[in-house]
Amino acid sequence: MKGILKLAYKLLVNDKPKFRALLVGISFAVFLMIQMTALFAGILKRASATVFNLGASMWVVDPSLQTPAYSIGMPDYVLDFVRSLPGVRYAVPVYSGGALVKLDDGTYQSVSVVGLDDASLLGRPPLIEGRIDDIYGENAFIAVKDAEFAKLHSPHLGTEFQVNDHRGVIVGIARVPSGGLFGIPTLYTTYKRALEYIPNPRFTTSYVLVETKSPRDVAYVQREVRALGYLALTRDEFVDRISAFYKFQTGIGLNILLMTVMSFLVGLSISGQTFYSFVVENIEKFGALKAMGAKSRELMLMILFQAAFIALTGYGLGVGFCTLVIALAKLRIPDYAALITYWNLAFALVMVAIIAVISSYFGVRRVLRIEPFDIFRT
Amino acid sequence: MPEPAIRARGLVKWFGEGEARTLALNDVSVDASFGEMLYIVGPSGSGKTTLLSVLSGILRPDAGSVLLEGVDIWRLGGNELADLRLNKIGFVFQDYHLFPRLTTAENVAIPLILKRMAWSDAIAESLKQLDAVGLKNRAELPPVKLSGGEQQRVAIARAIAGQPDILILDEPTASLDGDTGHAIVGFVKRNILNERRCIVIVTHDSRIYEFATRIMNMENGRLSGPEAGAPV
Repeated sequence: MKGILKLAYKLLVNDKPKFRALLVGISFAVFLMIQMTALFAGILKRASATVFNLGASMWVVDPSLQTPAYSIGMPDYVLDFVRSLPGVRYAVPVYSGGALVKLDDGTYQSVSVVGLDDASLLGRPPLIEGRIDDIYGENAFIAVKDAEFAKLHSPHLGTEFQVNDHRGVIVGIARVPSGGLFGIPTLYTTYKRALEYIPNPRFTTSYVLVETKSPRDVAYVQREVRALGYLALTRDEFVDRISAFYKFQTGIGLNILLMTVMSFLVGLSISGQTFYSFVVENIEKFGALKAMGAKSRELMLMILFQAAFIALTGYGLGVGFCTLVIALAKLRIPDYAALITYWNLAFALVMVAIIAVISSYFGVRRVLRIEPFDIFRT
Repeated sequence: MPEPAIRARGLVKWFGEGEARTLALNDVSVDASFGEMLYIVGPSGSGKTTLLSVLSGILRPDAGSVLLEGVDIWRLGGNELADLRLNKIGFVFQDYHLFPRLTTAENVAIPLILKRMAWSDAIAESLKQLDAVGLKNRAELPPVKLSGGEQQRVAIARAIAGQPDILILDEPTASLDGDTGHAIVGFVKRNILNERRCIVIVTHDSRIYEFATRIMNMENGRLSGPEAGAPV
């Protein structure tokens, strides 16, 4: 059987124009599909940056909240209620909002401000410069060193700025697991200072971060909070909720889906047409093989092998090319949002397999219908 | 009397339907023996190729039987028939049907590969066959780089690579000039035909008649000519 497969391999690879066309078709389609889905995965990850960066295992939020892009404040009694629940080890408030800072040169820059619980600083980011205790100092803020850091003119410890006519001082530089979605710098401070410096509506608690005493208490806390009229979400549930918003309630998901489907169709049409024409051009040769004693299943195996070989080679090239493009893009744009995950690799592999099956189906059908007698008649 | 290589009796084959229905084989019976080079000659459309296809297990007749070395081939299943063609019959097609994307050696190795021989062994054996037809130095070339006569010899090498007992040649001189065709068929008679091999040639080229052991004439679906064993 190996000899037959080697024969199939040589017939395919030695037909250089068709082989190249097939590879280009498949790898281009794979590149597009992975690029699209990687962009979307990156967007979704950025959309949940707040969740990843604060790192709490459970979040109490307003039931109307669908994305951290805008926060909906909750009254103080929500925090008190959650703290009173028997299954709760601790619960702290977090402020999340936007502000406009005035930089040293007089320019203004939008920022995202996170106000951490004064007592515990739960959700604090790991510092690469400065000490976390300095956040209790006067006018203290911590700047996140991500791709947007330069928009604050790359501050260092001691850099001053203004927030709503209040003086702010950088006392720490931090790194966080995920950059934000909207391309604005992030500042951390204490909850109290955030409320003091930034104009706020009546309710100021954006989230209540919760740690339960045991995993068994999660369902109980969720039930009790729901009865109060709010939502208690685990970290994963919150991430899923945010992802669902971007997938189904914005145009992003649909557009990405359409682009992915079009990429698939491009790959299918190029590959299908080229592969079919490859089979048709060799149809007399396949007939000759049948006359010589090749069985139908052997011919079918040859075609399926050729389709599988092309599919896997094109897939590998497409993945490699996409990875290279994303890596190069990240050199130029450090915060480039594309994220290749096992899911989009698996998705692209499934799509390529479908392309291979459909492309080979028509070829196999054609070959199985050959009559060797037709070889003698030509 | 030894068993003939091919024994066909009462072959009937229709093509088409209704008014266009044509009787291609009209109660044809023929024997072909080992050690003979049997020609089936006749004008175009006389049924020669149809007869060839029925005898070699490629086209099922509407009536009649074909015994190849005593095996009734039209009682076999599809895979058994394919195995029989692979092991017992070698084909030289009119248009050669060499794979342009393979080398000459790889083309010749095809029947051996279909017989599940390892690739390297099949290539080694094919080189021997190419040597036998005087083309070993062309082994690495694709068929398009060869002349018509050389391609024909490659096709012959491929047909005999699997050591078949029966060799079928369909219009072997159709694409060749007179001298080349003459030389090819002469080569086949001298080097390929032996007492354990039967060669059947379909042709309408009278320039190669001298090499025939026996010539039978096909016309309007009927076969006539000397019986097996009778002198030409």
